Parts: sequence; C-alpha cells; structure tokens
Amino acid sequence: MNENVIKMLIRGIGETLYMTFLSVIAGYIIGLPVGVILYVTGKKGLKPNAVIYGVLDFIINIIRSIPFLILLILLIPLTRFLVGQSYGSTATIVPLVICAAPYIARVVESSLTDVDGGVIEAARSMGASNFQIITKVLLVEAKTSLMTGFTITTGILLGYSAMSGTVGGGGLGDIAVRYGYYRWQTDIMIITVILLIVIFQIIQSVGTRISAHFDHRKR
Amino acid sequence: MSKVLEIKEITKNYEDINVLDGVSLSVEYGEVVVIVGPSGCGKSTLLRCLNALEKIDDGEILLDGELINPGNNNLSRVRQKIGMVFQSYELFPHKTVLQNLTLAPLHVKKADKRETEKEALMLLERVGLLSKKDSYPRQLSGGQKQRVAIIRALMMHPEVLLLDEITAALDPEMVREVLDVVLSLAKEGRTMLIVTHELSFARAVADRMIFIDGGRIVEEAPPSDFFEKPKSDRLRKFLDSFSYEKE
Repeated sequence: MNENVIKMLIRGIGETLYMTFLSVIAGYIIGLPVGVILYVTGKKGLKPNAVIYGVLDFIINIIRSIPFLILLILLIPLTRFLVGQSYGSTATIVPLVICAAPYIARVVESSLTDVDGGVIEAARSMGASNFQIITKVLLVEAKTSLMTGFTITTGILLGYSAMSGTVGGGGLGDIAVRYGYYRWQTDIMIITVILLIVIFQIIQSVGTRISAHFDHRKR
Repeated sequence: MSKVLEIKEITKNYEDINVLDGVSLSVEYGEVVVIVGPSGCGKSTLLRCLNALEKIDDGEILLDGELINPGNNNLSRVRQKIGMVFQSYELFPHKTVLQNLTLAPLHVKKADKRETEKEALMLLERVGLLSKKDSYPRQLSGGQKQRVAIIRALMMHPEVLLLDEITAALDPEMVREVLDVVLSLAKEGRTMLIVTHELSFARAVADRMIFIDGGRIVEEAPPSDFFEKPKSDRLRKFLDSFSYEKE
C-alpha cells in the first residue's frame, strides 16, 4: 500500500472522529435540554404540560421517522445555507446533528424517567424547587444511564457519518464508497471497515467503563 | 401548649375512592402522635398530605398558623419545616452518606458549608454511623440507611417530623436500632407524627394514639386507655389481630 493511501486513511479517521464527536456534542447541546423538558412536562413529570410535551413529541417523531439518507438529501439547502457547501465533513455535521438531537432527547427522557420516583419525592419533601430537583437530584442520579446513552448515540453517529459517504460526506465512509464501490478496490474498502470497527469498539468499551466507574448503585 | 399543626376536616379522593374522609387533628409542640390502622385506611396518605406530596381535595392544614396550600409559593418554606422519613429510605444512591445529609441544607436553605458538615458529622456520631460518612447507600444495611434517612430529615431543623412506616421494610433485628433513635428523639421533645405497625413501640413512644379506619379517625386516646380500654369494636378487633394465643 502506498504512502498516499495511508495518508488518506489517516485523514479519513480524523474526519470521521471530527464529524462524530462534533455532532454528538452539538446534538447534546440541543437534545439534553429538550430531553429534560420532555421529562418535566411529561405525564409523570415535575410539571406536566400536555401542550409543550405534545408539540415536542410530534416534532421529534417526525424527524425520527425520516431515514437518515433521505434527511441528508432533504437538508442540502439548509446545509448549504449554514456551511456554504453541501459536501465534505463539516457539511455532514448539519444533518447529523438534526438527526441526533431528537434521538438524544428521547434517550435523555428515558434515562430521567428511570430515576426512582421515591428519591425525587424525598427531595421535594425537603423543600427543593423543581430546578434544584433537576440539577441536584435527577441529573446526578441518572448520570450512569445518561453516559450509557451517550455511548450508544456516539456509536450510531459513527455509523451515520460513514453513511454520509454516499453523498460525498467525507471521512472513512466516503473512502469506502469511492474506492470500494466506484473503483472496485476491495482492499481499501475492507481496511476502512476494519478501522470503523476498531473505532466503534474503542468508543463502546471506554463508554461502558466510564459509566460503570460512576455507578454507585451496585458492584 | 400551643399547636404546631392543625388539620381541619381534610378529604382526599383517588378517582372515586374516598381515602380521607374529613380528618381533623391538631398536634402540639413536643407531642408524639402515633397513628395506627389497617392497611389502606389512609394513614400514609394523611402524612403525605401534610407534606403536600398529595393534594387535598377539601379542608385546611395549618402549620404554625400558616396555611399549607399547594398553589401557594410558600410550599418550599413549609416543607422545610416538616421533615419526612419514608418506608424505603429514599436515600440518593449516587451520593455519599455525608452528601445525602448536606444536600438540602446547602442548596435549599443555602446554609454555610462548614457548619452544615459539622452538624452532619455530629448527627452521624449520635446514631453511631460516623465511620460510614463516605459510604454510598448501597453499602449500608437497611437499618443503617433508615438511621441516615432520619438524620437527613433532622438536618433541615424541621418543626414536625413525619415518620411513614419507617420500619416496615426492615429485617426484624434491625427494627430496634431504628426505633431507639426515634425514642431518643421523642425524649428530647421532638414533635412527631408516626405511622407504624409496631404496637409495642407505639405504646412506648406515644403521647397520644390515633386509630384510623376507612379514612376517618375512629378513636383517639392516651396510649394506656387506647391499648387497655379501647372503646370501639373496630379498634378492639384491630388490636386483637396483633395478638396470638394457642388454642
């Protein structure tokens, strides 16, 4: 394998990690607060509000029901508006974030819903305000579950960032599509797949270890 | 003596079930009132209403002469004055024992950190758990958890302490260590409302006994009369259900 291919693969790894992590972070900046609002306004939440919950629920379901590949194409005008171009790894972050945020909101909502209602009641009985309950009790007690959700989301976005290669998204997926699919260079495709597997494994095992480390409920 | 808590004709319905049906009760400073009754009689609901964890449908609850009203913005202040201890402890699993104790004083009351920690350590020593200050709840036995939960409620300096079947989830050999703590609190003049099934403990700790059945107070008497000369058939039957005789 010549030097150029190796350089290209290294750049591909860099782009893939860049797309994945930036979109996870941006996704959480939107998804985490929305997830908290879903929990708070939900039927068994701290301040049930059927209207707010209903609207968010509806929007999330719509975005989540669009397949990612279609979303990539649908969002091209928006991407072009925000980034200035519709191809390349930075451009891919736009659809990745829009796809990830609603998913993250759901994952956060479910993590928070799993927190034992008894401890929330205990906090309430001590006079804690809803804001204090969210920041000092809910998010703290849900943290291992939130971290697990973070790991799962990162893994999914890694896969989606590769999928964006079909429309010129950059990163390892792009290399796999260009060399493996259009040029029949199976060896390069296989290497990119192996690299994706390795990255995925690292994300998953680091994530699992971190959340186990912070879990004080068992062990 | 003056009244710390006044409950006037409160009712509480779940759908069409009448859980509390006009309960009136007042508690004086330093008084220990023990509430007993069959399962589902509304005694736990009564305690939960006092802390506004449940909304009452009718009636009034006054703490220190101030109305407890779920719609009011005094709710947080009122709850700080009424401590509650739950059957299943409800300690925060991801916080150490010390953090469990200081969370509410530090964040709800905005109390001084050094003072609060000092007080927490003092209370831990008092219930014999100083060595557990950095443990997490899962590392404690049920009895230890409940002792922590009791002093966690004390950390807020409540005027009234509500104890909701605090030994019901404990193994028998751990009941004693928890009830000893409650007895010592009674001796130092704490105002408490206790729901329990431990009748001999109730007799030892109570200034006044209350029997609730069907959402109403059926009988109210000093412990000696309550246990020896029950007036109503229902209370007699209830007390009989706790004694065993070989036939």
